Amino acid sequence: MSGSNPYGSAPTHHMLSVLVQNRPGVLARVASLFARRGYNIFSLAVAPTEQAEYSRITIVVDVESAPLEQIVKQLFKLIDVVRISELDPRKSVERELMVATVKAGGTERAEIVELVNIFEGRILSVGADAVIVSLDGSPEKLDDFTELLRQYGITESQRTGRVALPKLDTATKVSKALNTQGKAK
Amino acid sequence: MTSKQTKAGKLGEKITGAEALIRGLEMENVDVMFGLPGGCILPAYDPLLKSSIRHILVRHEQGAGHMAEGYAHVTGRPGVAMVTSGPAATNMVTPLCDAFMDSIPMVAITGQVSTSAIGTDAFQECDTVGITRSITKHNELVMSAEDLPMAIRQAFHIATTGRPGPVLIDVPKDVLQNTMSWNWPTDDEVADSLPGYKPNTKGHTRMIKEAAQLILRSERPVLYVGGGVLKARAADALRALAELTQIPVVTTLMARGAFPDDHPLCLGMPGMHGTATAVTAMQKSDLLIALGARFDDRVTGKVNGFAPDAKIIHVDIDPAEQGKVRKPDVPIVGDCRLVIEEMVKAIQELLQGGTSQADLKPWRSRVSGWQEQFPLTYEQSEPGGPLKPQYCLEKLRDAAPEGTILVSGVGQHQMWSSQYWRFNEPYTWVNSGGLGTMGFSVPAAIGAKVGRPDKTVWAIDGDGCFQMTAQELVTASIEKIPVKIGILNNSYLGMVRQWQEMFYDERYSEVYLSPDTPNYVKWAEAMGCVGIRVDDPSEVEAAIDKANSINDRPVVVDFRVDAREIVYPMIAPGTTNDAIMLPPSQSGRKEFLK
Ligand SMILES: Cc1ncc(C[n+]2csc(CCOP(=O)(O)OP(=O)(O)O)c2C)c(N)n1
Ligand SMILES: [Mg+2]
Repeated sequence: MSGSNPYGSAPTHHMLSVLVQNRPGVLARVASLFARRGYNIFSLAVAPTEQAEYSRITIVVDVESAPLEQIVKQLFKLIDVVRISELDPRKSVERELMVATVKAGGTERAEIVELVNIFEGRILSVGADAVIVSLDGSPEKLDDFTELLRQYGITESQRTGRVALPKLDTATKVSKALNTQGKAK
Repeated sequence: MTSKQTKAGKLGEKITGAEALIRGLEMENVDVMFGLPGGCILPAYDPLLKSSIRHILVRHEQGAGHMAEGYAHVTGRPGVAMVTSGPAATNMVTPLCDAFMDSIPMVAITGQVSTSAIGTDAFQECDTVGITRSITKHNELVMSAEDLPMAIRQAFHIATTGRPGPVLIDVPKDVLQNTMSWNWPTDDEVADSLPGYKPNTKGHTRMIKEAAQLILRSERPVLYVGGGVLKARAADALRALAELTQIPVVTTLMARGAFPDDHPLCLGMPGMHGTATAVTAMQKSDLLIALGARFDDRVTGKVNGFAPDAKIIHVDIDPAEQGKVRKPDVPIVGDCRLVIEEMVKAIQELLQGGTSQADLKPWRSRVSGWQEQFPLTYEQSEPGGPLKPQYCLEKLRDAAPEGTILVSGVGQHQMWSSQYWRFNEPYTWVNSGGLGTMGFSVPAAIGAKVGRPDKTVWAIDGDGCFQMTAQELVTASIEKIPVKIGILNNSYLGMVRQWQEMFYDERYSEVYLSPDTPNYVKWAEAMGCVGIRVDDPSEVEAAIDKANSINDRPVVVDFRVDAREIVYPMIAPGTTNDAIMLPPSQSGRKEFLK
């Protein structure tokens, strides 16, 4: 990750929502395809969906748009991949979760608690001179929160990578380019 | 459970996983498989004893893989190879990758250590599925005997549909030993089990219409035919399209035979060692109709100088090929045969509706001018001079019985084979195009002969290639598979020597082999073959006649050819196809290639 705003709207970042059959090795197939073809994964989140036989992988890839089309087509060739949609950030809901250990001695503790309240986060653990906070929200909100916590001293932090779904009014539309390719190999 | 009968046994019957595996192969109409047993796959070799499937015992697992490929090449049916775990599975890596690159339908079955031992670095354990993931169309570790029938059905379905390719099934030993109740999934069950796999075979109607219009408007069109046309069994459709439109045809290394070489519209092979006419016609073209071709770098040369004025119609069943190298103007995803047939109809409709085709006469006469000026050529030796490899090929070609299948290795001899043979029928040319695997030809020829025992099978091999897999001739002798091998013995890794001559100022580094060691005749005889040595041009015809007359065992002919011969034409790597290097006798005429 680079810069202070790693999840910002970098023009080379694209979000793919990949529905896969929940079979052994499916994540390895996806990951090795990216490695083999020289594509960069920026973040990746995987979990089963409402139907146990499928998982959804949300991948943020770091590419120009022409190779993106190749990535999508190559991903489609994996037998376990059922559907791919490119999610437009403006037309999707995105969520990410972070946890962070922040130095919090003396008066700073109250300031941090206030900040957590403003952001509607949570305090998960309290120690003698530090607290562990959590926040879920849009990646941008997490960026802002991180920036504000930085002055107190973040000793450790972890983010999940984003998960996303299309907003309801456009829920059935996948990006046009992806839609016309059909599913074939 | 029902008591219904399948061809191979009663549904619900209790049998072992091993029996289910062999039954499954029988259900898939496998008549022959190539393999070699060992610890983990042992249980599967027992039911094989009473199976209708012929098993050919190879001397090295790589041979099993290439034999399966050769078989698939000439029959269009999936080749099957079965080997054990660990080192046997890794020996299959080369043929799997070869089949993947050339889209050959193949099913490989590998043994694996028992499920309880997986992950413990057990004896002969390796991560076969991990190792072969990127060189198979699909692979699967089967963890329960009950799942074997579905795994087999999926493997054959995936290997043979869409863009064909190799599929590997990795089967742990205990899965083979365990009892299961015999089941055989229906087509619907197979389709339902693969919700993400629906190859699109029918091309988009509007795109096909658009292509038809573009074809009729173009003044300098070329049909750029790749291996996909053979895979789709579209040779007849292609011929109809070419004859209807009178558009010249180039056939890539993977497509030789898809269009008859003796047809007046045929320009031969394009690419690095293609004919000057095929290369130049593409360069000057205003429309390339790419059919099952993938714009390989050996065809395009430097991509941004390739066919600069051409619009592109690209027909391919694999959507990922569209735009991978060159952006098409009219992309059509579909099966080549179905799409070409629709294209022919669309063109006929336009013609009947009064649209007329652009006048191709000027283009055709330009093209035939190149053909006259730049035929394939080599310098014939003076009497007493060295034997030329091209001469051997011409004589082999002229003496070959109708329908002979030609197989080749990789190197100079491969390019001369493709250039100097006359491929007038599909499925008579077998070679390793994408991966360029030395050692392919002997086992692939054996597989081809097993698939088409009615046909004469000649392999043209290099001395370097031959030494990589020659031991499979023992397999051929014992199994009575009478293939014929012609070694173009130039005592060099000739193709590498050619590059060192041309691009490294004749600094030859590690390319000299030896003309006499091994002694090919004795080696052939030791393997149960007939060995013949040819030193002089005057001996060529008699040797070929003798080889053609032997049908009870394999024959090896050691042609001692001129080591200095160079493959022409040649396009140097990294240059554009305009920089084609012609044979010395034609290089003075280069300005004709305008
Ligand atoms: C397995 C493998 N190793 C190396 C190469 C690189 N290579 C390509 S052609 C060639 C020389 C082949 O020599 P030979 O079989 O004698 O054929 P020739 O070119 O002399 O006709 C080599 C080493 C290859 N293609 N495959
Ligand atoms: Mg040689």
